[in-house]
Amino acid sequence: MDITGRKLFVKALEEEGVDTIFGYPGGTVTDLFDELYKTDSINLILPRHEQGLIHEAEGYAKSTGRVGVCLVTSGPGATNIITGLADAHYDSIPLVCFTGQVPLGLIGNDAFQEVDIVGMTRSITKYGVTVRRREDLGKIIKMAFYIAQTGKPGPVLIDIPKDIQTASGSAEYPSHVDIRGYKPIHGVHIGQLKKAYKMLKSAKKPLILAGGGVNISHAGEKLKKFMEKENVPVVTTIMGKGAVPTTHPLYIGNCGMHGKYAANMAVMECDLLFSIGTRFNDRITGDLNEFAPHAQIVHIDVDTASISRNVVVDVPVVADAGVALEKLLEWAEKKDTAKWQEQIHRWEKENPLAMRRDHGISPQMIMEHINAQFPHSIYVTDVGQHQMWATQYLELDEQSQLITSGGLGTMGFGFPAAIGAKIANPKKPVVCITGDGGFQMNIQEMATAVTQGTGITICLLNNNYLGMVRQMQELFYGKRYSATCLRRRPSCPGGCKGPNDQCPEYVPDFVKLAESYGAYGIRVEKEEDIDAAFAEAKKHTDAPTIIEFMIATDELVLPMVKSGNPMSEMILK
Amino acid sequence: MSEMKKRWIALYVENDVGVLAKVSGLFSGKSYNLQSLTVGTTEDETVSRMTISVESDDITFEQIKKQLNRMVEVIKVIDLTNVPLRLKELMFVKIMELNETQMTEVFQIAQAMRVDVVDIGIGSVMLECRRTEQKHDDLIAILKKKFKHISVVRGGSVAIESISTECR
Repeated sequence: MDITGRKLFVKALEEEGVDTIFGYPGGTVTDLFDELYKTDSINLILPRHEQGLIHEAEGYAKSTGRVGVCLVTSGPGATNIITGLADAHYDSIPLVCFTGQVPLGLIGNDAFQEVDIVGMTRSITKYGVTVRRREDLGKIIKMAFYIAQTGKPGPVLIDIPKDIQTASGSAEYPSHVDIRGYKPIHGVHIGQLKKAYKMLKSAKKPLILAGGGVNISHAGEKLKKFMEKENVPVVTTIMGKGAVPTTHPLYIGNCGMHGKYAANMAVMECDLLFSIGTRFNDRITGDLNEFAPHAQIVHIDVDTASISRNVVVDVPVVADAGVALEKLLEWAEKKDTAKWQEQIHRWEKENPLAMRRDHGISPQMIMEHINAQFPHSIYVTDVGQHQMWATQYLELDEQSQLITSGGLGTMGFGFPAAIGAKIANPKKPVVCITGDGGFQMNIQEMATAVTQGTGITICLLNNNYLGMVRQMQELFYGKRYSATCLRRRPSCPGGCKGPNDQCPEYVPDFVKLAESYGAYGIRVEKEEDIDAAFAEAKKHTDAPTIIEFMIATDELVLPMVKSGNPMSEMILK
Repeated sequence: MSEMKKRWIALYVENDVGVLAKVSGLFSGKSYNLQSLTVGTTEDETVSRMTISVESDDITFEQIKKQLNRMVEVIKVIDLTNVPLRLKELMFVKIMELNETQMTEVFQIAQAMRVDVVDIGIGSVMLECRRTEQKHDDLIAILKKKFKHISVVRGGSVAIESISTECR
């Protein structure tokens, strides 16, 4: 018997095991929403803005490893998810996003709420297509779910014209799909991996660099076993953080622009860099000519295009991190790296990560209290200084996870992503670490968090500035704070160098803001009040709690390597 | 960095809406130096074959092939750079406002360059050329030097692997 496109749409979602969909209705998707209204198997979440929506789906996907599903209308609904698509594309997050489209006959007519969303997003999706024939609908949805979560995961966009949704056609939803141009790699070339392992065996100062790929393939446990069996120290990128427990003696820390001194020194001095699941982003390498200058480089990655793109490697291995590590574990045997580890410990002692403590609440203190009060949690950050402090000072173990926008650096990501993570993990504590800038970029999602009853703890580090840019202005632009003060108004003096008693107190008052949504707000200005605030936040399981930490404007994220400089040139003080 | 040189790729892609835009968009989006791109269907009407030429160094060229390969719509990437090929471009050239002597000259050039005169009017000649891009570049250079009013339309190269010969 034939069924309508809209019925097949819901049937497909059910067969894919979708339990949650993030959707915002509109003219071209009302049929699909009408069909969703009739099913009990799918939890439909209504956000307050489509950008928030897609970040929520990202948080859901990142925290579960499952596909995040979005449904938005044509035109502005579709364009509003573009930033999230780019974010998911950079950070390899599996999403399937459905956009409504004007009826086939109107496409190209500049119809109301018509945009060529597939064309606009071609370079930031793994795959995107407009459904042009009703009989293709099932196959395309099947393809989308398959493509989104296999190989290097990523976002897929399906644009469904309104008349396809109502047209009748086959009720069949295919159980599998064969795509001749898409064959994700499942195995590993043993010869190549052996070559890589031999190199590791003969190295005197070996270093494992773990990227986000290790976390995506849930290979952290294997990596931990491998580094222990092999006795080789590990550094991570920020996307790789948490791949191995951060308190492990073999774990050094993050490397890169704001990496730990010892981690960057280890990269600079190692004779073998055994890298897994990273694309050697410029934030990791700095000046490419000076990156790991003494090292031979092994690179294991599931994406062939990531290999030898930024850094030319000696041994490329195309494989999923988990598959490669599984094999490596069979060969692993203890190496003597005592001398090398001693050297690393000396670097750690020389320049440990630490912030001043005589200046009110330091970001380090906040992170330390989070570590103590919220262990085994999902930590979600926004983008900026607070993000870097979180990646520097948060301790992660096997039961905790860090979710952050690494590749695109999307301000506004953190709060909605935390909501998505909480919806997917209602029993797990979710802590959102954000700033006064980024939080305001998707502040409307307060309503979503409240209506969904997501009891997340929002740690808002308020320095009244766009701190990361302010930091660059302080260090490299002669303290000309162009457009980074969030309280600045036309009556302020030109050349203002920082807060004074003429400044308005709060723009906005985040505590009142929380209350206006029926959420909870606490302002913390002294270290001794931190734990009480956390204790109160933990009690609020029905709605989010904003804890606003008033921190000094001039806190810097250190160490810092200036963009394009070699990683050895760290600004430490 | 290795030397910049001209390279050839044959690309089998799904014969679908938007695939050409996706492939050409990759070249503009990533600043690859695309020199020519032609496309047409193959013996299988669901598959199109593109002939692409780019100017790049070795590392960039490797990256281009990988980027093309990871596209869902791309079925197969073949590097034709060092493969014996049949390689041809179609080009029409109109030369106008010619006097008698110049007309004769055009005929001589056409003969020497082995291209066909396919249309002719009072003071105008049209050439149909089916040789390589390089040969066509040479021909245009000569014609531009000699004549003021020329109009050129080029189709870009199509290439296929040779069966037995080594020639291009």
